[in-house]
Amino acid sequence: MDYSIVILALPFLMFLTLALAGNKMSQKFAGLLGTTGLLVITILSYMVTFQYFGMPRVEGVREALMPYNFEWLSFTDKLTINLGILLDPISVMMLVVITTVSLMVHIYSMGYMHGEKGFQRYYAFLSLFTFSMLGLVVATNIFQMYIFWELVGVSSYLLIGFYYTKPAAVSASKKAFIVTRFADLGFLIGILLLSFYTETFSFDQLTAEGGFFLTSTSGATFMGCSVASWAMALIFMGGAGKSAMFPLHIWLPDAMEGPTPVSALIHAATMVVAGVYLVARLFPVYLSVPDVLELITWVGAITALYAAIVACVQSDIKRVLAFSTISQIAFMMVALGVCTSMIPGEGGLGYMASMFHLFTHAMFKALLFLGAGAVIHAVHSNEMSDMGGLRKYLPITHITFLIACLAIAGIPPFSGFFSKDEILAAAFNKSTFWGVWMTVVAAITAFYMFRLYFGIFWGKEAKHEHTPHESPATMTVPLIILAVVTCVAGFIPFGEFVTSNGTAYHIHIDPVVATTSVVCAVVAILLATWLFAKPNTKPEKMQAALPKLHKWAYNRFYMDNVYQYITHKIIFARISKPIAWFDRHIIDATMDMFATVTNVAADKIKGFQSGKLQSYVWVYIVGAMVIAVAAMLIFI
Amino acid sequence: MENIGNEVIFYIIAAVMLIFSVMTVTTKHLLRSATYLLFVLFGTAALYFQLDYHFLGAVQVAVYAGGIVVLFVFSILLTQGLGQNKEKIKSSKLVLALSAAILGAVVCGYSLFTHIFPASRYAMGEEITMKTVGQVLLGSERYQYVLPFELISVLLLACIIGGIMIARKR
Amino acid sequence: MEIPFIYYLIVSGVMFFAGVYGFIARRNMLAILISLELMLNAVDINFAVFNRYLYPGAMEGFFFTLFAIAIAAAETAIAIAIIINIYRNIKNIKSDNLDKMKN
Repeated sequence: MDYSIVILALPFLMFLTLALAGNKMSQKFAGLLGTTGLLVITILSYMVTFQYFGMPRVEGVREALMPYNFEWLSFTDKLTINLGILLDPISVMMLVVITTVSLMVHIYSMGYMHGEKGFQRYYAFLSLFTFSMLGLVVATNIFQMYIFWELVGVSSYLLIGFYYTKPAAVSASKKAFIVTRFADLGFLIGILLLSFYTETFSFDQLTAEGGFFLTSTSGATFMGCSVASWAMALIFMGGAGKSAMFPLHIWLPDAMEGPTPVSALIHAATMVVAGVYLVARLFPVYLSVPDVLELITWVGAITALYAAIVACVQSDIKRVLAFSTISQIAFMMVALGVCTSMIPGEGGLGYMASMFHLFTHAMFKALLFLGAGAVIHAVHSNEMSDMGGLRKYLPITHITFLIACLAIAGIPPFSGFFSKDEILAAAFNKSTFWGVWMTVVAAITAFYMFRLYFGIFWGKEAKHEHTPHESPATMTVPLIILAVVTCVAGFIPFGEFVTSNGTAYHIHIDPVVATTSVVCAVVAILLATWLFAKPNTKPEKMQAALPKLHKWAYNRFYMDNVYQYITHKIIFARISKPIAWFDRHIIDATMDMFATVTNVAADKIKGFQSGKLQSYVWVYIVGAMVIAVAAMLIFI
Repeated sequence: MENIGNEVIFYIIAAVMLIFSVMTVTTKHLLRSATYLLFVLFGTAALYFQLDYHFLGAVQVAVYAGGIVVLFVFSILLTQGLGQNKEKIKSSKLVLALSAAILGAVVCGYSLFTHIFPASRYAMGEEITMKTVGQVLLGSERYQYVLPFELISVLLLACIIGGIMIARKR
Repeated sequence: MEIPFIYYLIVSGVMFFAGVYGFIARRNMLAILISLELMLNAVDINFAVFNRYLYPGAMEGFFFTLFAIAIAAAETAIAIAIIINIYRNIKNIKSDNLDKMKN
């Protein structure tokens, strides 16, 4: 599979071409060029996928392939940084997800971004992002992953701040960058800890069977926890930052300031699941530190609940989708966290479920975002109050959006049902507590998604400046394609392809779990229908009945204010200000003092530089004599 | 008797040189100053003759007395208008100049009189013949000076060109 | 009876410091140049005297004097050319007036 390198090289080439020569091209040409490039990449990715999954299993296990792996930097004899391509079930699966969604977004953007200033730049950044994300998933070692991880962060920053004349976009991009960078600090420390003890960066060595990781860190502890736990928890912190886990989630809702297709690609389908991917990538290592898995479960569960509740009251449709993304990613995290063994049949189900949900979620969430983009395109507003009753004007968007909503709500036969069911089953396997928790969150998910759906397409019709009209074909075609994928993806025998230990696993639906979750979802949908389908005052009444809760949820439980308080009142005022004071009054002042002394001294002695020849001679002669006298005194 | 004559001649030369070198720098008339300089230069040439460096004495007379002083006189006459050739010395400058000169003289005199020089080997010396001078000046062996000689010739050429370039009217 | 060579040194020393005095005290550039010639001559005498009295077999002092005379001639020629040029520009050759480069 030597051609897999093209999958990486081509987007980078597209990026360079579009970034350097983009302004020389017409918008249409740049868009077509970017889309064609991505089409080629997508086809190549599918070829890799078919070839990879077409290969026979070795001893019942899908083997990891490494078509490329060359040494880039060597620190010590053992510790080297390699660059290469790793093909194994999850990376191949991610290739499909990324290229598919990216292709859809490329096509969609030709319509959505039509005529925007900086169209070529937009496509250049999309290519850069695709390159980075593909590099991230095929990384052979954790350091390569880290490099691409940062590149992904940069392209995300660039795309969030695409409308750089809008202050909100600028501050949102800064926020996203800083928060994820802060989390990546933990990631980096984790990598360093890990590599210090195991003397390797390479995934295949780290995840090798036989507890290689544990034996090499055995005995080392820090603050009551083993170093292994610390390292893995810190690495998880990086993942939590990228995947917007509570409490590092605050950047994602703001990131919606970027263009909607970008939100679909980066902040819903691909980049934000990098954290999940990271945990899955190091899954065998995480299994050996159960306390960290416990932490992941808790973080995921709290995030899922928190984001779901907040999503119920947001009025900006992109924010609702952002919180639903956070919630769904948290589902995947929980699925990984509740695993207890590598074998999919006995406790390792969560891994498969998580990856499955990642796959289906990427498709239907991209669909939701693109649909939201079509709605925004039609009414030129993000606010739900400006919408309502759009089903007449946007029939294609309406149907595809409904399919996506049904999928995310977990209604069979749409894809979300199958993957979510596996997650719930995995959670129930671990303990009833987690199972019930996640079922409740799933029900809330169904509720807020249908609140959104009814708010946009039903309900009271808002006044429009001009009649909303269906989007052009470049926008509706991706919607239809993704809707079809959403309809059929659930029937993919995912267990055949991706499982925790590479063996085949036949997905079977647990009837009790499935029935419970479907009933809960249906009840939630009915509730939403009752509340929001027709214009009425019931929502206001509910809001009045629970004023505190509504206010808190509407303000996202004041998490941003907490951050504001911590950064401004504590870090800036208590730490940064004294440091700045020290810098200004001690360090700078010392330097200033040197300058002042030099200045004053120069001012005093500049009289010597009189330009008068004779005074120079006088100084010269007297100086020579003084030196002569001094020499005589010293040497004689 | 020859030695005594020699001595007397030296004292005369020395006295002339001392007096006129001081007068060179103290006289207010530039032209006089140049004239006194001429005497000092002649005295120097006489000293060279006395040291048996006849060639050096001849060069001194030819170059300095014949060339440089004439140049001085010309340029003085070119640059000084009539009645303008007097100058007053500012007292502050006088103090500076005197202090430097006296300090230098004291330091040098002190070291001259306290330093023990090696014994004089005057008697072993003999006159340097023209042949030796010519050979050493144009020889390329060790302790021979063709390279500095050539360098100086180039320098002189550069001086001629430079002098013309600087002084010519634009 | 030979003349003690320190006498020569005294003469040259007096010449030299007379030159120093003149160099610093005089304002006229030509006077300064004359003082400079005095100093150069004093140094030349020293070279010749040390050579003659202490190392009669060698000829370094002799040739140093010779070359110094040649260089002094060159230097004087250039200096006078410059002075004449200055005179042409500012109509006098007082050293106090020559601080244009500084301001």
